Amino acid sequence: MTQTVVYAARRIITMNPARPEATHVAVRDGRVLGTGSIDTLRGWGPFDLDERFAGKVLLPGFVEGHSHVGEGVYWRYVYCGFFDRIDPDGRVWPGAKSIEQVVTRMREAHDRLADPSAPLFGWGLDPLYFGSRRMTRQDLDAVSTVRPMGIIHASGHITNANTAALALANYMRTDHDHPGVLLDADRLPAGELRGPEAMTPVLLALGIDRATMSGDEIGTRAFARLAVRTGTTTATDLATPIPDASIDELIRITGAEDFPMRLVPALHVRGQTAEQVIERALAMKARSTDRLRLGRVKAHADGSVQGFTARMRWPGYYNGAPQGLWYVEPEYLLHVYSLALKHGIQMHTHTNGDAAIDLAIDCTQEALRAHPVSDHRFMLQHCQLADRAQLRRMKALGMGANFFANHHFYWGDAHREQTVGPDRAERMNPCRSAQEIGVGYTIHSDAPVTPLGPLHVAWCAVNRLTASGRLLGAFERIPVEDALRAVTLGAAWTLQLDGEVGSIETGKLADFAVLEDDPLSVAPETLKDVKVWGTVHGGRLFEAGAT
Amino acid sequence: MNPELPAIVVGGYLGAGKTTLVNHLLRHADGRRIAVMVNDFGDIGIDADLIESQDGDVLNLAGGCVCCSVGSDLIGALVALPARLPPPDLILIETSGVALPGSVARSVRLASGIEVDGVLVLADAETIRARALDRYVGDTVLQQLRDADLLVLNKIELIGPDVLRELREWLAGQAPRARIVETSESAVPPELVLGMAGVHGSVQALERSGGGLFAGDRSARRIGVRRSAPGAGAVFASASIAVNGSVDARALAEALTDPGLGLHRMKGIVRDRDGSGVVIQGVGSRWRLVPAAPAASAFGPEGRLVVIGLRGRVDAAAIEALAAAHAAG
Repeated sequence: MTQTVVYAARRIITMNPARPEATHVAVRDGRVLGTGSIDTLRGWGPFDLDERFAGKVLLPGFVEGHSHVGEGVYWRYVYCGFFDRIDPDGRVWPGAKSIEQVVTRMREAHDRLADPSAPLFGWGLDPLYFGSRRMTRQDLDAVSTVRPMGIIHASGHITNANTAALALANYMRTDHDHPGVLLDADRLPAGELRGPEAMTPVLLALGIDRATMSGDEIGTRAFARLAVRTGTTTATDLATPIPDASIDELIRITGAEDFPMRLVPALHVRGQTAEQVIERALAMKARSTDRLRLGRVKAHADGSVQGFTARMRWPGYYNGAPQGLWYVEPEYLLHVYSLALKHGIQMHTHTNGDAAIDLAIDCTQEALRAHPVSDHRFMLQHCQLADRAQLRRMKALGMGANFFANHHFYWGDAHREQTVGPDRAERMNPCRSAQEIGVGYTIHSDAPVTPLGPLHVAWCAVNRLTASGRLLGAFERIPVEDALRAVTLGAAWTLQLDGEVGSIETGKLADFAVLEDDPLSVAPETLKDVKVWGTVHGGRLFEAGAT
Repeated sequence: MNPELPAIVVGGYLGAGKTTLVNHLLRHADGRRIAVMVNDFGDIGIDADLIESQDGDVLNLAGGCVCCSVGSDLIGALVALPARLPPPDLILIETSGVALPGSVARSVRLASGIEVDGVLVLADAETIRARALDRYVGDTVLQQLRDADLLVLNKIELIGPDVLRELREWLAGQAPRARIVETSESAVPPELVLGMAGVHGSVQALERSGGGLFAGDRSARRIGVRRSAPGAGAVFASASIAVNGSVDARALAEALTDPGLGLHRMKGIVRDRDGSGVVIQGVGSRWRLVPAAPAASAFGPEGRLVVIGLRGRVDAAAIEALAAAHAAG
């Protein structure tokens, strides 16, 4: 007979409507045996009573439906963000509140580096909060004219560099005609590089390559420590090229006894034909383990709203910026959707603008005509500009949405004033509409674009406050209970894992978020401040900071 | 610093004939070592008989050509190229069906040591007008046309003469910068795309290539599309012109690429005002000047221009007069 442990808690919020609350949960073989009071659980036979959580609140382990393992890699570089942010080891890095503070942060790191020519890289810069002043190469030259230095912005779409880094990439010339290379009065690069093309040569000169940034072993383990710290027990890596060689590596890393979470990587379509993608996804799916769920596919339909590369329907961008870009041919999307339906592969499609959302819905409808499959759960990722008519179509077709709730806080003011204007900014990431219409949905951080942290994401959806403190779109707010369901059972549904995780009930995996306080009792505006003790994953206990 | 590598960007929507064009050019590389950059091998469909071996994301092709799969990171692949391969004579960049080739061309220049000779955009004569009205990709397709230096109107055998006439007019309005080439099966004269000799070639090499291609100095001669192409209506002529003494190379290049002159492609090695040797490269309205390699600069007072244009439009005497008008000193 295997061991049964009953955990006593101050409150257990189960997400099981038949038994929404409990004080005790019984765990056996890494799964939930039952919930209730200690008396109702006695029927399962002898157990050890564990009261370490007696003062704490248990929720189903949080599920992050759209993150990138790269968040764990970034922390080896210098954090230059505006907001305080916690690293995988629990250290709080205070936000840099001005360009001067960013420069000081880089100087401190520069002083610690012995080799004077070794590159130095920072991340998380967000000059949006610094008024109209942009950082220039001269700002960073004040730290060093010898050491190549660069800082990638929070959005991931812009990089600042010093003269040494620009020279290394052969950018210090006066014949640039790329709109992404901002020029100074002398027609030399001013130091700000916009868009992946303009950034890439300089990032490579700084030793920053895509393969490393998408996650190595140290980065993956750092990401897992962040997950524990935020109560997250399942998270996506959406998406990665996943070379065949790295699958063995990922199985090994995630299979370690002390690895505290379940990773759900999606295979990106880029650089492959639709046939190749689906064939690989099927082969990968067959190699899934409990802690590494393979076999999902991701495609990009368009770009980003704040980068003005999202595809918009009429009337387009509020500030008159030109139409965004397609990142995939409609024909390709339709083809890969059709094959995915035929072979039972789930698709996740990056769509920000409403035109991109239309395209993904149209292609799904068309593909379903040929392959009428029910419960495919094709997911629209970000899905920020979806209107209610689109949500109704998504519901009818069996599609789901993963909204970028954090965008309101970090970029809501910019959306209102520049990108989409007040009307659409107020209905961006329409959680309440999705709920009313019955579209399966979750909400996400897109870490490292914004910090991993499901309670923070939930707080954003509940309060819809921007960084300047503006309430943006009162109607689309959702109650705390619904936001908590979105980051647990809702997210599990979007990954087709809702039969295994997402709620605390008999038969499901014993994945818990262990909180120091009760998120249903605190004031909704303080939801993000609820402290996390750590997690339970498959019955294994992980205290934040202990691993 | 290494001499700059010339690149041609090949754009156009799905089905316009990009893959066929790339295979056609590889078959007619004529000793030029071409590096083709594609999103992925699956898309490009390089003809199997051209492939000699595969080395990861590089296909080694007949005649010293290669094909590199770049995934979505073209710029990263271009930056890494010099370290991976001996320098090719030309880089041919095949863009995705929704890419804006003008933006790609601007991005390509960010990679150190690579210069864009021109942007070639293919249009499917049968479908282009419907595509241009497509709810999703219409504006993308129109922007592709606007980006073109050379616009290859492909598959003209599929439409009748009246439709073709109308289409010509419409295209001229949509792609004002472009020289338009009509063809079938993407069978454009390879020199139009690949240029005349290598960019580092000498006057002698240019003369040889001009001579070989066009048989005879100053005499415009028909160079047809390859015979096997059925119904190919485009007929080109070329001229090879001696340019004596120093010229204002910049002004001459600008004058030679004026749309009124109707030249599709040109290459020249001339003496600039300061006496230095300079290479003029022109595709449609786009031109650029490159200092001639030292060996190539050791030419006498006589420089040379080779131009290609539509038969009946190439006027060697007019070009000679232009060169004379831009003589320096």
